[in-house]
Amino acid sequence: MSSNKRVVAELDAQSLGLGVLDGCCPIPISEHKEIVLAHGSGGKLSQQLIQTMVLPQFQNELLEPLHDGAIFSLNGTKLAFSTDSFVVNPIFFPGGDIGELAINGTVNDLAMCGARPLYLSAAFILEEGFAMADFWRVIQSMQRAAKTAGVSLVTGDTKVVDRGKGDKIFINTSGVGLIDAEVSIYPGRAQIGDKIIVSGLIAAHGIAIMSVREGLEFESEIASDTAPLNGLVAAILSVSKDIHVLRDPTRGGITSTLAEIAEKAKVGIHLDEASIPISEPVKGACEILGLDPLYVANEGKLLAFVQPDQAQAVLAAMRDHPLGREAAMIGEVVAGHPGYIMMKTRIGGVRVVDMLSGEQLPRIC
Amino acid sequence: MKYLDEYRNEAVAQKLVKEICRILTKPWVLMEVCGGQTHTIVKYGLDHLLPSKIELVHGPGCPVCVTSLEMIDKAHAIASRSDVIFCSFGDMLRVPGSTADLLILKSRGADIRIVYSPIDCLKIARANPDKKVVFFAIGFETTAPANAMSVWQARRQGINNFSILVSHVLVPPAMASILQSPLNRVQGFLGPGHVCTVMGYHEYEPITARYHVPIVITGFEPIDLLEGVLLTVRQLEAGQARVENQYGRVVNRNGNKVAQDLINQVFEVCDRKWRGVGSIPKSGYKLRYEFRDHDAERLFDIREIDTQESPLCISGLVLKGVKKPHDCPAFGKECTPLHPLGATMVSAEGACAAYHAYGRHLQFEKKSDQNQPLEEMSP
Repeated sequence: MSSNKRVVAELDAQSLGLGVLDGCCPIPISEHKEIVLAHGSGGKLSQQLIQTMVLPQFQNELLEPLHDGAIFSLNGTKLAFSTDSFVVNPIFFPGGDIGELAINGTVNDLAMCGARPLYLSAAFILEEGFAMADFWRVIQSMQRAAKTAGVSLVTGDTKVVDRGKGDKIFINTSGVGLIDAEVSIYPGRAQIGDKIIVSGLIAAHGIAIMSVREGLEFESEIASDTAPLNGLVAAILSVSKDIHVLRDPTRGGITSTLAEIAEKAKVGIHLDEASIPISEPVKGACEILGLDPLYVANEGKLLAFVQPDQAQAVLAAMRDHPLGREAAMIGEVVAGHPGYIMMKTRIGGVRVVDMLSGEQLPRIC
Repeated sequence: MKYLDEYRNEAVAQKLVKEICRILTKPWVLMEVCGGQTHTIVKYGLDHLLPSKIELVHGPGCPVCVTSLEMIDKAHAIASRSDVIFCSFGDMLRVPGSTADLLILKSRGADIRIVYSPIDCLKIARANPDKKVVFFAIGFETTAPANAMSVWQARRQGINNFSILVSHVLVPPAMASILQSPLNRVQGFLGPGHVCTVMGYHEYEPITARYHVPIVITGFEPIDLLEGVLLTVRQLEAGQARVENQYGRVVNRNGNKVAQDLINQVFEVCDRKWRGVGSIPKSGYKLRYEFRDHDAERLFDIREIDTQESPLCISGLVLKGVKKPHDCPAFGKECTPLHPLGATMVSAEGACAAYHAYGRHLQFEKKSDQNQPLEEMSP
């Protein structure tokens, strides 16, 4: 473009109030003109959406660690603050419902910061026509879940949208919790030599949801693992305050969570496939559906990164807790391949385990 | 789990690899035909367990990958109509056509549903009498019986708002086409286990005779594949070329007669264009004239869409086993599962996508040393 033309163009833009000279920003994501489902899958597209569209606009040191919650001090007291929204179809499923998920989800996000969850908020977006009896069921279930987790629901909000503009019920919960002064848990703290422990059998929640959604019937019903993890975290911290990382591997499964930690801490992760605990029914369902359980969601499991000399004690403490009976050591943090996960496969081969690119889709054959 | 764990056993794997090493005297190039087999090889790192003298190249057996761009654009044109419920196998949803993929069309309001079986579409059609329900009937001989059954049932039950968009492909003509190519490097095949479950393995006997290559019909678990390699190498080392059946727990010589009869009632053989490869004579199925009322291509007036593939993409050479995914300069750079440029990256079962999913765009050493540094591979 010649310089003359450029001036004209800029003047035009200015006179139209387009703000070219003010540095009007283009949309950071150009490949997608609209939001697609995979933007919410917890994989690469979700990450791209957050990192290019949201984070740069709100940059601050509390947000930057991209932890399950923000950790900060007020008047010398260390606090964790977290929020999560819940949309699930169907809203009632084997082993739980959206209400229980909404309480446990935020309780767990706080627990993963090493916090004792105290107070929660709940906001509902309800669709016109949603059955009152179902709403009552959800509310009662939330009440029970809050009681089990030992948290109080202290504030909330309700909105109703036109029929067809929502899907029965969406719930957002936020929460605050207290952190002991000596506890410092965040993804960037993963250190070379750390042992990685998973608290139990993986992939149950995702398969439970999928089996109802797809109308699939298995010989034994697969139930969601939704549970509040604050008790288990308390048991872990009672053995060792110096836990490096805790995360609950929800959507995207254990690999997406581990890949995030590897990237954040700039360390390599080595996994041993044979040691990853998974129940026979879930394994079978994954085979039938063509899904990789490593990428399937959990709602009541955690991954702990622990110093090698404390790993056995932490593992034993987890196994003593009802939610950690099947806990297992599945890998360790290594110096090589920073930012990536390598896995020794069941038959002795080695491969990279990557974050999911989009949604996991069932394969044709 | 029974029937799975015994085929994923490390000790058995090591024994097989040891035996392969023992009988091996020279280098051989083997092709596994199916995308599912490629997936297993890369997922379990089998190629890294095998001696370097054995090179595995990856075949054209990924039905989603080889579905032509023209057909995908037709599917998109049909799926975008407001009077249509478009049903598909899951992994077809992300495959880009000329302008979008089915997931994007869905985000724009198209009614697109994932089904596990085409028979599920009949239920959808019955529940939505004011809509036209279309199933994207792709696949090899493996999915042909179920796809055929859907229209056979629709006709029998008088479900008139159900049709299928057929883009079926057949394995034996594709294998013959690979062997006829002057660029061919393949010396032995791990044959398509599930295709042969339906069709039997007798169809492959003329190929072994004509081109003097061993074909070992092989399963999909790691132990199946290692055993398939062992049997193929054993034949090659002995100068033999015959059809052998590694997948005996599922496959026999004549296949499933009932399924074959159904296929023949509903489909007839036709020429078919393969994405990345081009047209192969008599390499596909189309609906017979009697089923024209359920033929989406006839029912929806879709003009031929002129399409163009990316000039960077070498998927045609990958599908024929001439090149490996990481031989492509665009692999893992311009071309990723999020932005696939061609056939072999579009489906999870495609060779390029499998390589990418299991980290082959990052170079690592063949030894299973966990502390090997990972470096970006230079193009």
